[in-house]
Amino acid sequence: MQALTNRAKPVDRSPLTFWERIYLPAILKGMFITFKHIFQRKATVNYPEQTRPFSPVFRGLHILNRDEEGRERCTACGLCAVSCPAEAITMEAAERKPGEEHLYREEKYAARYEINMLRCIFCGFCEEACPKDAIYLTETFAPSNYQRKGFIYGKDDLLIPEQQLPAPKA
Amino acid sequence: MTLLAIEWAFIIEKILLISGVLTLSLVVAMYSTWGERKVAAWIQDRRGPNRAGPIGLLQPLADGGKLFFKEEIIPHLSNKFLFILGPSLAMLVACMTSAVIPWGDVLTIGGHTFSLQVADINIGVLYIFGVVSLGVYGIMLGGWASNNKFSLLAAIRAASQIISYELAFGLSLIALLMLTGSLSLKDIVEQQRHGWWNVVYQPLGFLIFLICAFAECNRTPFDLPEAENELNGGYHLEYSSMKLGFYLFAEYINMFISSALMASLYFGGYSFPGMDSLGLDQNIVTLLGFFALFLKIIFFLFLFMWVRWTIPRFRYDQLMRLGWNVLIPLAIVNMLVTGALVLWRQGA
Repeated sequence: MQALTNRAKPVDRSPLTFWERIYLPAILKGMFITFKHIFQRKATVNYPEQTRPFSPVFRGLHILNRDEEGRERCTACGLCAVSCPAEAITMEAAERKPGEEHLYREEKYAARYEINMLRCIFCGFCEEACPKDAIYLTETFAPSNYQRKGFIYGKDDLLIPEQQLPAPKA
Repeated sequence: MTLLAIEWAFIIEKILLISGVLTLSLVVAMYSTWGERKVAAWIQDRRGPNRAGPIGLLQPLADGGKLFFKEEIIPHLSNKFLFILGPSLAMLVACMTSAVIPWGDVLTIGGHTFSLQVADINIGVLYIFGVVSLGVYGIMLGGWASNNKFSLLAAIRAASQIISYELAFGLSLIALLMLTGSLSLKDIVEQQRHGWWNVVYQPLGFLIFLICAFAECNRTPFDLPEAENELNGGYHLEYSSMKLGFYLFAEYINMFISSALMASLYFGGYSFPGMDSLGLDQNIVTLLGFFALFLKIIFFLFLFMWVRWTIPRFRYDQLMRLGWNVLIPLAIVNMLVTGALVLWRQGA
């Protein structure tokens, strides 16, 4: 039969030699190999103290961005919800009242903005769909929770705090 | 107490020594479980326990606490007395062997001379064999009392393994005893103090002894009694909580004691090269000797772990074939050759 690839290796079926049959040299060789590993670099990371750097394309938890003056960028257009294949995003729009200009950037804003992290598949389509650069996926993990309702993230979970400067991803 | 003429200092000394040796074995066994995981982690490029205390040093305590608080189940229709006796016996037997091991030379405190050996009996090696063979009862009782046929099968498997390897174990030692001419461990160590270590005269005997010690302690590659992955889990299948803990702990004590035994019989025990030419106080030399013995023991403990994380298990028929077809004939040949050499040297 013709070999499909040139990587096939013939099986060595020759009987074991005396040194192979007494096993001890092979065992010593194996022990030498494992001993070398004691001094090798550890493959593990001390997790809570040390975190592994993510790749720049990593998609973690969402964040709702603010503009340079600290106003919410989201105008509740709903494009993210429409683009979401898992239908994890729900929102309710409201109209900006006079005197709230320092809070919201446009006349319309999201009064309620929820992402169900149990449904979210972190595809990043919401980030791509957003015309206002309001939603981004960050480099944090989704944290654990004891209750299912704890995974529905509201605006208070998603909005970056006002003191922080908005830092859009490069 | 003049009637019996018992020297109180003697009794107090022995009680102190016994408690000391027991504590030592327990602490070493505790930290062997920690060491086992650390060695495993290092060999597998991991870090091992590092949460409980500095570098995970409190891990054994955490494990003990966990075992104590686990639910304890005694199977319905099992023989409760035997069920409890099994792990107790395993633990007791493991601790008993330490009595004849010389942990060091003599200490002189206030005119009294204390020997760092609980009992220097002149049949020390025989005592060890007697006690070690009792260890099978712990395993058999555990398997039998569980009232579980798989446990029983595993217990039979374990017992036959231990009995098979005990033969080669004993035969390999006979060759050594021919050289030393004494069954007292203290004598054997003292002889090595003034001459070469026995491993120089008995390399094959040591190898057989080492392999058998691995098998007797149920350590990889001979840990079929508790091969939980491919067999059913072993004689302690029905055990939970601290009773299981006792079985596992007894294994570590056994490891410690057999390491001490190997160090004493073949590697000079508490003696170390240049021991008598240091010109130090006797007590200091004794303490140094104790540390020398301890270093040897730690090396053997490490060897146990090192081998465990290197070699896979034997198949059961391979294990039996190695014991009966290889080790016992080799031990007999070793014995005959040693005997011939001893006779030849006496004749010359």
